[in-house]
Amino acid sequence: MAEPLVSIADLKVHFTVGRTMFSPGTVVRAVDGVSFDVGRGEVLGLVGESGSGKTTLGRSILRLVEPTSGSVRFEGEEVTTLPPSRLKRLRSRMQIIFQDPYASLNPRMSVGQTLSEALELHAIGTRADRAERVGDLLEQVGLPRAVAQRFPHEFSGGQRQRIGIARALAVNPGFIVADEPVSALDVSIQAQIINLLQDLRQELGLSILFIGHDLSVIEFLCDRVVVLYLGRIMETATAADLYANPRHPYTRALLDAAPVPDPRKRRERITLKGDLPSPSAPPSGCVFRTRCPFAIAACAETVPPLETVGARHQVACIRAGELDLTE
Amino acid sequence: MAGTGPLLEIRDLVTEFRTETGVVRAVKGVDIVVEPGKTVALVGESGSGKSVTSLSVMRLIPKAIGGIVGGEILFRGRDGRVRDLVHEPEPAMRALRGNEISMVFQEPMTSLNPTQKIGAQIAEVARLHRKLSRADAWKHAIEMLTLVEIPDPARRADIYPHQMSGGMRQRVMIAMALACNPALLIADEPTTALDVTVQLQILELMRRLQREIGMGILFITHNLGVVAEIADTVAVMYGGRIVETAPVEELFDRPSHPYTRGLLDSLPSVDHAARAAGKVARLKAIPGSVVDPRNPPHGCDFNPRCRWVIPACREAVPPVFPVSPTHGARCLRWNELDG
Repeated sequence: MAEPLVSIADLKVHFTVGRTMFSPGTVVRAVDGVSFDVGRGEVLGLVGESGSGKTTLGRSILRLVEPTSGSVRFEGEEVTTLPPSRLKRLRSRMQIIFQDPYASLNPRMSVGQTLSEALELHAIGTRADRAERVGDLLEQVGLPRAVAQRFPHEFSGGQRQRIGIARALAVNPGFIVADEPVSALDVSIQAQIINLLQDLRQELGLSILFIGHDLSVIEFLCDRVVVLYLGRIMETATAADLYANPRHPYTRALLDAAPVPDPRKRRERITLKGDLPSPSAPPSGCVFRTRCPFAIAACAETVPPLETVGARHQVACIRAGELDLTE
Repeated sequence: MAGTGPLLEIRDLVTEFRTETGVVRAVKGVDIVVEPGKTVALVGESGSGKSVTSLSVMRLIPKAIGGIVGGEILFRGRDGRVRDLVHEPEPAMRALRGNEISMVFQEPMTSLNPTQKIGAQIAEVARLHRKLSRADAWKHAIEMLTLVEIPDPARRADIYPHQMSGGMRQRVMIAMALACNPALLIADEPTTALDVTVQLQILELMRRLQREIGMGILFITHNLGVVAEIADTVAVMYGGRIVETAPVEELFDRPSHPYTRGLLDSLPSVDHAARAAGKVARLKAIPGSVVDPRNPPHGCDFNPRCRWVIPACREAVPPVFPVSPTHGARCLRWNELDG
């Protein structure tokens, strides 16, 4: 395979919370030793429950959150040690789309101002060029050129997300982190934005890290999927392989829990008990073992390494070889 | 259950809000029937009027901003008597709320009191409506926490909402809603803020409790997967009106309103053969934006987004056509949607 666009190795993001003069505080291991690549033109899905660290992981790749240790390489260049002066150039190659398009747009700036600000910051084009480019960007995301004069509150949620996408595209990035970009949208609007992402990916050859929790959206959009739990990778495989042949009990449980829009498929399933443990006090050994229906004593002892079980398919479970998790 | 007949029958309900720019009609003549022990899913997007419908049943819309301007909300109480909640005096409504009719909201943190212990909040409901003593009410609170499968309930009764996870808090909300054995539970997007694994726990819990307690549920959601899991019948709402209603299997088998059809068609599903051939897949999205209740189109509310639209759709709001004795669709072309 050709050199990946983004390469992440043993990335850790730890936060200290509750530190005072009298207390050292608690370390929260939001991301705890994650490694994966994103290929050129690839859409990689990142799934997990809230608290799994998926948002922190996405942001740390762009250094919107500083990694604690590990490596992020973009086109072969180490990102984690870049001086601030060179971060700006990096961010013209990597962009992010947020979940809530209203919270991420400045309500006092017109859409045109928001988009041309991104161009100015990166010194792209003359003033006239920029006005032209703003119009092109709006068209590219399916909005009329004339809306450049209007303000965020004049748009519906779906239109605002289109603006959020246009802003990310303004600087011509090669890589986009899309953090739950359709989760806050109405059902009938989600499909429009998913189609837009599909079109842009095809036209621009974008690589995307798509963070989400809706497994049917992930399956539809992504080439490959990484399943995250408490800051660690449980399983990674091509989308087709992961959904047809999950090898980690957590992946199976996630697939089982997703409601199926077919009333005849109402079924009794393995329901995970309880909630995600606190990332400040993760269980020993396998972090999933406290909710795993297949846990044995040995699971508490060592952190299971990610082991290759098939073509581009890796799983972190000591029982992966003996469990049959197919439906 | 006392008496026979529906538990709740909403007839031609109309609810309006007064805004700076004039009166907005959020609910425009809604009919819903909830039978005892059954679940009706009310499906809709933002601005469809689904939450306003539920708040109207609870009579929780502040007079200062709006209210019910027409229709009936017939509720059969524990005593078997049918009352119209639209005209029920406020003290009588207060006696019903949290007692015979309960509500669970989407975000439990905003509906729990952050300064009061969990157990005390549940006990308060029991003390208010069932006149239990302080000690008995606390005991009842712990029983309710046990019922909703909160581990170590005696200890959990003694903590505050912020010390619990989102899923636990939603269980507490359900415990509080069920504290007085309600005949009707209104659940407004109760699992939307939760992770799928926790959502499944809550749905299974609600199903089990319904079997045991026999309450009717009006379940408001936008998620068709959740509808398929929990509903007996479905009412699809758009622009303040019910556009289609049917038993759940019939609705999924034969959606007869273009909006319902569009919602089902826009769900992501993978065409494995096309993917293997390297094609970039597209979804069948519904074009346009959800209807703006301040500025609804003329005629059918869905007509600007509808691919079956004909001139007659722009002239008047279509009536409900009987697809089957149990299935109605508010579409002139309900019988021509195939293909």
